[in-house]
Amino acid sequence: MMRFVMYIAAALAVMGLGFWAYQENYRTQTAIKDVRRLQAQIGDAHERLGMLRAEWAYLNRPDRLTDLAELNFDRLGLLPLSPDSFGDARYIVYPIPDILPITNPIDVTSIGPSTEEDPL
Amino acid sequence: MIRTPLRPLARVLKARETGEDPSAIEKENLRLRHEAMADRSRARAESRLLILGAAFALAFGTIGVRMSTLAGSMPEEPRVVDSGNPIIGQRADIVDRNGRILATNLATHALYAQPHQMIEPERAARELAEIFPDLNEERLLKDFTGSRKFVWVRRQISPEQLQQVHDIGSPGLLFGPREMRLYPNGPIAAHVLGGASYGREGVSSAEVIGVAGIERRFDDLLRDPANEGAPLELSLDLTVQAAAEEVLAGGMALLNAKGAASIIMDIHSGEIISLASLPDFDPNNRPPVLTTGDQSDSPLFNRAVQGVYELGSTFKIFAVAQAMELGLINPATMIDTTGPLTFGRQRIRDFHRMDPAMTATDVIVESSNTGTARIALQIGGQRQKEFLADLGLTEPTLIELSEAPSGRPLLPPRWGEVNTATISFGHGLSTSPLHLAQAYAIIANGGTRVTPTLLRRDAAQVGPRVMRSEVALRSVDMLRQVVTRGTASMGEVAGYQVAGKTGTADKPKANGGGYYDDKTITTFASLFPASDPQYVVVVTLDEPVESSGDDPRRTAGWTAVPVAAEMIRRVAPLMGIRPQIEPTVQASVTLSSN
Repeated sequence: MMRFVMYIAAALAVMGLGFWAYQENYRTQTAIKDVRRLQAQIGDAHERLGMLRAEWAYLNRPDRLTDLAELNFDRLGLLPLSPDSFGDARYIVYPIPDILPITNPIDVTSIGPSTEEDPL
Repeated sequence: MIRTPLRPLARVLKARETGEDPSAIEKENLRLRHEAMADRSRARAESRLLILGAAFALAFGTIGVRMSTLAGSMPEEPRVVDSGNPIIGQRADIVDRNGRILATNLATHALYAQPHQMIEPERAARELAEIFPDLNEERLLKDFTGSRKFVWVRRQISPEQLQQVHDIGSPGLLFGPREMRLYPNGPIAAHVLGGASYGREGVSSAEVIGVAGIERRFDDLLRDPANEGAPLELSLDLTVQAAAEEVLAGGMALLNAKGAASIIMDIHSGEIISLASLPDFDPNNRPPVLTTGDQSDSPLFNRAVQGVYELGSTFKIFAVAQAMELGLINPATMIDTTGPLTFGRQRIRDFHRMDPAMTATDVIVESSNTGTARIALQIGGQRQKEFLADLGLTEPTLIELSEAPSGRPLLPPRWGEVNTATISFGHGLSTSPLHLAQAYAIIANGGTRVTPTLLRRDAAQVGPRVMRSEVALRSVDMLRQVVTRGTASMGEVAGYQVAGKTGTADKPKANGGGYYDDKTITTFASLFPASDPQYVVVVTLDEPVESSGDDPRRTAGWTAVPVAAEMIRRVAPLMGIRPQIEPTVQASVTLSSN
C-alpha cells in the first residue's frame, strides 16, 4: 500500500515538474523573443541616431558654414573671429543715466513767455 | 544452474566394462565445459565491445554533426548571453577635441546579382547602365548571360539608387547591407584621417578597414567591440584646422606654390591642434596611389609628416642654443662673420653683405650662415649630433599616423666638419616640418622634451630636459627679435608677439646634380606669444614665388612668413588666446575720501 502511494506521488511529481518545465520553456522563449525585438529596436534607433549625427556633422561642416555666412552677410554680418573681436570690460562705458523729467521749465528767452506748447 | 557432472556414473561404468580409460571421459567433459565457458565470455565481450563502439560512434557522431552545423550555418550573434553591449558593433567614430565628428558610419547597401535567377538579363543590364552611368552595359550583359552565378555590381549605393534598382524589378538583383565610412567634413584633415575601405566582403556584411592615416594606425582599436563604440578623440580642433587650411590654400594660390604644409602644436601637451598638407584629397573618395613618378606629387602625400626637406636657416637657433647651453657664448658674444668659409671645394657664404663681426643675437636676426657655421665648429660634430638627437631630429616622429615611419630624417652618411658647418644652417640634413615643430616646441616650453601627438591629452608632458630653461628663454628672445627687426618682419601680428625663424632652402635636383636656382622650400617656424609661449606654428611652402615686385622673390620672409602671420591672426583668437592690446587711455578709479 505504502509502495503504491509512493508510485502515485512520484508520477504526479514528474507530471507536475514536466508541466512547470513546459511553462518555463515557453516563458523563456517569449523573453528571448522580447529581447531580440528590443535589441532590434535599439539597433534601429542607434542607426537613426548615427544617421542624424552624420547629417548634423555634414550640415555643420566648416566649408558650408563659411559659404552660408558669406551668402547671408547682409543679414547677419558675420566675420571670421579676429584679434579685434576681443574687448575688455574696462572699455565698456557706464550706462548714461536718463535725463530726469523736467517738472518746472524756466523760460530763458528775453522776449517773454512763449505762447506755444512746450516742445519737451 | 545444473552442472553436467565431469564423471557421470553411467558412462564410467560402461567404460570400465569395455576396458576404456574412464579418465578420458572426464577430460572430454572438462574440455566441453571449458569451451562453453569460453563461448559465453566471448559473447559477453563481443556485446560489450558492440555497446562501447555504439557509444563512441554516437559521441563522435554528435560532435561531427555539431561541427558541421557550426561550419555550415551562418554565424549568429549571441543575443541571449549577456556579454557587453551587443548592439554597437560597428567601427568607432573619430571626433575632434570638442567632440565634433570627423569620421562616422552610415548604413547603406551593396548591389549584387545572381544571373541564374534573372528573367530578362538584357533589360536588367540596360536599365542598370542607365542608373549607374559609369557601368558598361555590354560588360554587364556578358556577366549576366555567362556562366557566373554571382556578380558584384556596386559596393555602395545611395537610397535613391536603391529605389531605382528596386523599380527594375529583376529577381536576380539583390542587396546586401553595408556600413559606409563617412567623412562629413570632406577634405578637411584628410591627411590625418587617411581613409577606409572594405576588407573581406560577404553578402550580408563587410568589414571596414582603415587604409591610411589614423584610421590605419588605430584600426584594431576602432574595430574592437570591447570599446562599445566609444569614439576616438583627436587633439585636432576642427575649426582651427579649417581656418588653417583656408589660409594655407589662399597663400599657396597667391604665391603659386606647388604644395604647402602647416602644423599648429601645443607646446606643453604636444597635442597637434592642426596639421595640414596641400594639395589634399577627399577621404570619402580616396584617389588611387600613383603607380609611376614621384609619390610626393600625389595629393595623398602628407608633406607635414612624410615630406623630408632641408629646412634651411630655421636650424640656426639650434646651434646657437646649444652653444649657449654649453657656455661657449652668450647672446652678446661677438661672432666673426667674415666669409667665405672654405672646406675643400665647398664654400660657405652669406646671402647679403653683413658686418664682419656681430653679436650672437644678430647672427640669428640677420641669419648669417658663416656666423652659425663658426659657432657649430666650436661645438663640434659629435656634440651637435647628440643635441639634434635630443631634439628628436634624427629619428622618425612618434606621431600616431601609419605614415610616420616613412618620415625618417636624411642624415649625412659621414658627419664631417663640413657637414657640421652646413647642418648648423639647415643644409645637408633633411627633416619633416613636424620634426621642426617638435624641436621648436622644446625651445618654447622651457627646454623639456615633448612628443607630438594626435590624441587628446589634457595634461602637459614632462619629458627629459634638453636645455636649461634660461637658454630656452634667451633663444625665444632671439627669435622674437627676428620678427621685430630681422628677416621675418612681416610676421608681426599685433597683440600676439610672434617669435620665429625663417628658412629658405634651394631644392635639390632629383637626379642629385646640385641645387635649382629658381626653386625653393621656404619655412617659417614660429611660436607665440613670446612672453608666455603657448603654440608653435610651422608653415612650409614648396616652390613659392612672390611676384608683386620687379624681381620674383623666393625667400621665406616674403612667402612663408606672411602666410604664417595671417594664420596666427586667424587661428589664435579661435584657440581663445586674447591679444594683449595696449590700452590707449589708462582707465582707473581714484579713491578719495573726505
